[in-house]
Amino acid sequence: MLERWSEELRQKMRGLTLELAGDRAPALEAMARRTDGEFGVDPFGFDPDYALAAMAPFAWLYKNYFRVEVHGIEKVPSGRVFLVANHAGQIPIDGTMLGVAMLLDHDPPRLVRAMTEKWAASLPYVSTIFARAGQIVGTPENCRRLLQMGEAVMVFPEGVPGISKLWPERYHLKSFGLGFMRLALETQTPIVPVGIIGSEEQAPALLNLRSVGKLIGFPALPVTITPIPLPTKYRIYFGDPLTFSGNADDEDTELDKKVRVVKTAVQGLLQQGLEEREHVFW
Amino acid sequence: MSTESRQVVVVTGISGNLGRSLTKQLHRTERIVGLDRRPFAGAPKDVELFQLDLRKKKAEDVFRIHEVKAVIHMGIMHDPRMSAEEHHSFNVVGTTRILDAVAKYGVKKVVVLSSANVYGPSPDNSNFLTEDAPLMAASRFSGVRDLIEVDMLAHGFFWRHPDIETVILRPVHIVGPTIRNAPSNYLRLRHPWVLAGFDPMIQLIHQDDAARAMVEALRPGLRGVYNVVGPGEVPLSAVLRELGRTPIPVPHPLARPLLATLFRYRLANFPPPELDHIQFLCMVDGSRWRSDVGWEPQHSMKDTIRSVDGERAAA
Repeated sequence: MLERWSEELRQKMRGLTLELAGDRAPALEAMARRTDGEFGVDPFGFDPDYALAAMAPFAWLYKNYFRVEVHGIEKVPSGRVFLVANHAGQIPIDGTMLGVAMLLDHDPPRLVRAMTEKWAASLPYVSTIFARAGQIVGTPENCRRLLQMGEAVMVFPEGVPGISKLWPERYHLKSFGLGFMRLALETQTPIVPVGIIGSEEQAPALLNLRSVGKLIGFPALPVTITPIPLPTKYRIYFGDPLTFSGNADDEDTELDKKVRVVKTAVQGLLQQGLEEREHVFW
Repeated sequence: MSTESRQVVVVTGISGNLGRSLTKQLHRTERIVGLDRRPFAGAPKDVELFQLDLRKKKAEDVFRIHEVKAVIHMGIMHDPRMSAEEHHSFNVVGTTRILDAVAKYGVKKVVVLSSANVYGPSPDNSNFLTEDAPLMAASRFSGVRDLIEVDMLAHGFFWRHPDIETVILRPVHIVGPTIRNAPSNYLRLRHPWVLAGFDPMIQLIHQDDAARAMVEALRPGLRGVYNVVGPGEVPLSAVLRELGRTPIPVPHPLARPLLATLFRYRLANFPPPELDHIQFLCMVDGSRWRSDVGWEPQHSMKDTIRSVDGERAAA
């Protein structure tokens, strides 16, 4: 009974996604048919058809709530690529909006893989939904494998300190991790810098109860002034692809120089976006 | 008779069900000498059985009497009901004795059957673990320490004896009509527990394919550690659906204490840490084995899954 009910829900949500996609629906359906496994999933447990259903609420938010505007999305090359973006907003809506943008506004639709916190793999339901929707636990081995398969991988090198930024720190990038650069050099993966405007104002927080968060097993616990994210207008800017060459095993200081180039590019996109917009909400 | 034909392959743990699969595949091409405490009813006539404990000095007689060209060591116990001490002694001392004999009698090849379980399921795992991943299984389940120790003993032996071809096989969950290990027994339950909200991808290999992997490992020149995979990866829920089971979802915080109680009172035969296998990933990358021996499993995923209900259902 439960199974039939969940199958019905899935079909309904899938229909909603296709409705929201409008004239892009056939392209999305074609992508969802790309299932190689006998049991409807790839070796990672990714089920494109499930992803189509799971994205329905995010596609709705994308169209109606955050009213996302994209700039330069055609710059994303085909084949393996890193999308490196700023991270903010207390809950990772920025990632889902970037993912939906690549499905609804990139031609052809592309399902971007995100590398999730290991913590997510220990949560019931979340772990399964993530796996079926193509989101994978963020270990270097997993990332390398996805790039070798020619996938697009989104990276938020600011990590948890980024997403839990407080109000005064908005649009000031935290320090970038180096891991993605090591992998990019090793696999010769181009990097597309991405600036996301809007996410940094969606959930203003004035303090972060990190120690309380730790007690309940959360990586951070920012106290936001609104219970749900505000309907800020999202603007996603894609920069020109950057390619780097060098030794993946270089010292951190060497890698850091290259990472700085990416960080500057992301900061530049944010600057451009902030100058171009006239209002936070529309 | 030439010396070639007098050479034998020693198989430890031959009387188990996997041993029988192996015997069936190997006895026409090689002379097999079995070593097992248990009798081997219905053994082919050309198989000679030494019914004794690997830990006994007498087990060495096999090597004195015969010219042994290879040893397949699968005499490793996985019984959660056996005392930890006996378990440990049988597996670790038994393996030590066998490896000592291999070195002492100049055997050129030894194949040790380990398992992909030595990596251990965990939320931190990469989706596909390669052979150099750390063996973490005991960090969450101390009951499998001896299985890791067996793997490491073989590993140490591999480095200390570069002249001997040591092959360590780490196959994924072995299932089959006659196999009685934890994964096969679990899949035979009509109402197996699942942990609510968890549906990990799993890898299975048919017992005949696992046995064939050991035969392949005898190939001259082959040495090293290999993950051995079957026909691929599949969500646990799809396996249970294929078998027509009605799983019972149990919230994971309740499942552990509940199973611990059932296990203590002998109402269940799965030690609670085994729940990790239906909660987290423990999958391996079998590409090294695939490319080095040109490995292709003969049983499809559907056949492999259905085999737990007997061969007839698989046909």
